[in-house]
Amino acid sequence: MLFTYVPPESIALITIDLTDQPINVAATLDLVQSDGAGAVNTFIGTVRNKSTGRPVVRLEYEAYDSMALHQLRKVADQAKEQWPMLERVAVVHRKGTLQIGDVAVVVAVSTPHRAESFAACQYIIDTLKQVVTIWKKEFYEDGDVWVAAHP
Amino acid sequence: MNLKIALFGIAKEIVGQPVLEVTTPADQPVQALLEQLRTQYPGLRGLSSLAVAVNNEYAEDTQLLHERDEIALIPPVAGG
Repeated sequence: MLFTYVPPESIALITIDLTDQPINVAATLDLVQSDGAGAVNTFIGTVRNKSTGRPVVRLEYEAYDSMALHQLRKVADQAKEQWPMLERVAVVHRKGTLQIGDVAVVVAVSTPHRAESFAACQYIIDTLKQVVTIWKKEFYEDGDVWVAAHP
Repeated sequence: MNLKIALFGIAKEIVGQPVLEVTTPADQPVQALLEQLRTQYPGLRGLSSLAVAVNNEYAEDTQLLHERDEIALIPPVAGG
């Protein structure tokens, strides 16, 4: 559904998705195209090859799907309340096993002017990290750690 | 009453299973459930945070739980 062509007038204002397949960044950007938008702002989170200096070999994301989708929708709704000029929002998060360089998350927003597009995009990714029920396990050559689990 | 609690991430590893069934007094508040689980599984005490979700929303400590609720234990999230 997400990656099939949809005529612009029928594209949802807010699209939220959680997938165990590679994220199609271009298709996600298409979701926020809007004739009223002069700005499209995108955050793409990718898998880094080290964490606090330790080489990372792969990641695993686990999600509480129903709550993650519900909370993501709320974050997008809050962004729309805070920046009513938001034309469209798309947030797609990956789950499962990811390799170095893979895309873990894409946040895309469109607005009439650029300032609000930066602000709304940052708000969404920052809030996502605080509330959305997704957990990340980093795998190293010699072990693994659930990120942020312990003080 | 009997509660079914969904577990994720490190909480699932500490408890050793994805779903936990616990028996509690009726109208148990969230805080009391957390104490019961921390006593039963001391590894949960070492986490940076531990929340309870009821029906896909974060629950307050004083919220009362019911048998029909969808309950989950939420260790520190790390999306993005």
